[in-house]
Amino acid sequence: MEMVPVSWYLLLAALLFAIGTVGALTRRNGITIFLSIELMLNSVNLTLVAYSRMLGDQTGQVLVFFVLAVAAAEAAVGLALFIAIYRHRRTIDLNRMNLLRW
Amino acid sequence: MIETAIFLIFALLAVASALVVVLHRNPVYSTMSLVVTLISLAVLFVLLGAPFIAALQILIYTGAIVVLFLFVVMLLNIGREEISQQRGLVQKGLAGLGGLVFLGVVAAALWGLYGTTQVGPLTEEFVSLRGLATQLFADYLLTFELVGLLLLVAVIAATVLAGRLSKASQVSVEDAEEGLPGPAGGPGPVYTEPPDQVTPPEGVR
Repeated sequence: MEMVPVSWYLLLAALLFAIGTVGALTRRNGITIFLSIELMLNSVNLTLVAYSRMLGDQTGQVLVFFVLAVAAAEAAVGLALFIAIYRHRRTIDLNRMNLLRW
Repeated sequence: MIETAIFLIFALLAVASALVVVLHRNPVYSTMSLVVTLISLAVLFVLLGAPFIAALQILIYTGAIVVLFLFVVMLLNIGREEISQQRGLVQKGLAGLGGLVFLGVVAAALWGLYGTTQVGPLTEEFVSLRGLATQLFADYLLTFELVGLLLLVAVIAATVLAGRLSKASQVSVEDAEEGLPGPAGGPGPVYTEPPDQVTPPEGVR
């Protein structure tokens, strides 16, 4: 039985990572930038699982577990920050948050 | 054969919905589109012999994290993005170019390294949850505990950051009244007029 080559999964992960990177660099909305970062984290998860499959080693899956936990923590703190910012500024457009920008 | 078909369908679905996440102007549609990406990736995890990770992906990512995103998007009532400014075009072009270059380099490297290398068939041991649990709770126990600590800190931080400002300031004022003696040594009130609400300094708004 023919299997899907692992390099296809790795290519897909690279494509998703590139999409996420471009999104995080170009968008203005804070929420969308966070979604792009989640996309990048997920493509890394796909890479880890693909390598885990290729090497026959479950350590990659354990790493995915930790990445999931860190992503959850990041989302919770980041969204709380956005709520706090929104309360002060009534916007989360990152172009308008230029107090510390030179 | 059928594995290839499933891979192609869900890979295309993942890429298309990822593009929608990045390109759509309404954050609600972006968030819902991220759900499609995450579920497609969960299917790919099953294909790769990681059913437990696929279950975690659906439970934690789509079940908890994306719902959190949706809550915040709807709580803040964020509408469509405004028209981007003049210099956004240069930035977008550069970012797109950088993404393409990154993708090309990674694709060339992967193709040179692996090509269409086939992997062996799945083994019972690799799919089993027992091996995963042994690694997680024996080899990586310290990391596991640290992740628990990280989540605790994140919960505290989120509560502090998103909690109401006025309540926090009120509590601190009461503490000050109880604990501190008056300026002349007597137990007089330190703050005669506790502020109802913390107002941001001028120029912030």
